[in-house]
Amino acid sequence: MKLHIKYDMNICCKVVLQEQLDKLEMPYTITGLGEVEFKEIIASDKYHALELCLKKYGFEIIENPKNVFTQKIKDAIVEMVYLEESLPSTNISDFLANKLNRSYGHLANTFSEVTYTSIQNFIIIQKIERVKQEIIDGNDTLTQISFKLNFSSLAHLSTEFKKITGLTPTAFQRIITKRKEKELNAK
Amino acid sequence: MNQDVLHILLADDDDDDRLFFRDAIEDVKVKTILTIVNDGEELMQYLNKPDTRLPNLLFLDLNMPRKNGIECLKEIRANSKLKDISVAIYSTSALEKDVEDTLVYGANIYIKKPNDFELLKIIIDKVITINWQYHTSGLNRENFILNIQ
Repeated sequence: MKLHIKYDMNICCKVVLQEQLDKLEMPYTITGLGEVEFKEIIASDKYHALELCLKKYGFEIIENPKNVFTQKIKDAIVEMVYLEESLPSTNISDFLANKLNRSYGHLANTFSEVTYTSIQNFIIIQKIERVKQEIIDGNDTLTQISFKLNFSSLAHLSTEFKKITGLTPTAFQRIITKRKEKELNAK
Repeated sequence: MNQDVLHILLADDDDDDRLFFRDAIEDVKVKTILTIVNDGEELMQYLNKPDTRLPNLLFLDLNMPRKNGIECLKEIRANSKLKDISVAIYSTSALEKDVEDTLVYGANIYIKKPNDFELLKIIIDKVITINWQYHTSGLNRENFILNIQ
């Protein structure tokens, strides 16, 4: 019997984080995405224990301020690309600059220093990731997906998709379908 | 942070190609550690050793003696311990069918071997930088597909 499960990463991560933090038995508040505030300083043995627990789930405590900042930029971009049904049509640089309260130039410099790529490139990669997920989910046609994600047309989506992946969206679809068939046949 | 370095493994039976690759990787901004094996048998032995440091990214030549790239690819994708490795297939073929077949077998990246060293540098830089984004941003590696012609 096959079950198809959809999950909400945000809720999942928040619950996992809370469960690990509760183990510390110290009062805390989750103040934002990936941000936790403790009234007191955490003793180093507890801190290391927490790091180990978090590591199991692929969580990491970010210590370098530039990395913290870059993660905030990534989170803002992911929020923009995934959580809104339709992407905002306002200028992306303004959106990020406002959200993070810094000039876009500053954001861009820190981001490329840490990730070796540009904000623009990262945004397109995330958008195409979402396109791939929508293709796999199979609920919308390619045309519907292109409008949902604010591409000017299906042709525009196909061009961007091909630029990032080297394949057309239909070729991608075909490959994923054949992979699934292979898996089924293997069982 | 374990995110600091990308471990790369190259499997190629050609001396010159191995040398070119090592040179091409020098200028890439992402910090890398490179290990090289000379053919398919050596590759599978390396990957299956119990305390081997597994690579994040494997460049796999399609045409190798003893065990070719496709056989290695099938074995790798059948082994759940190796599921976090991104596999880049290297080939002289540019046929759409070959590209799609290797991607269907579970390769993430398909690269047509360039004749030009400068082009090789650009391609390797692109592959490593994109793979780095997958490595550091929690993107779904199963959907990671890249075709470079």
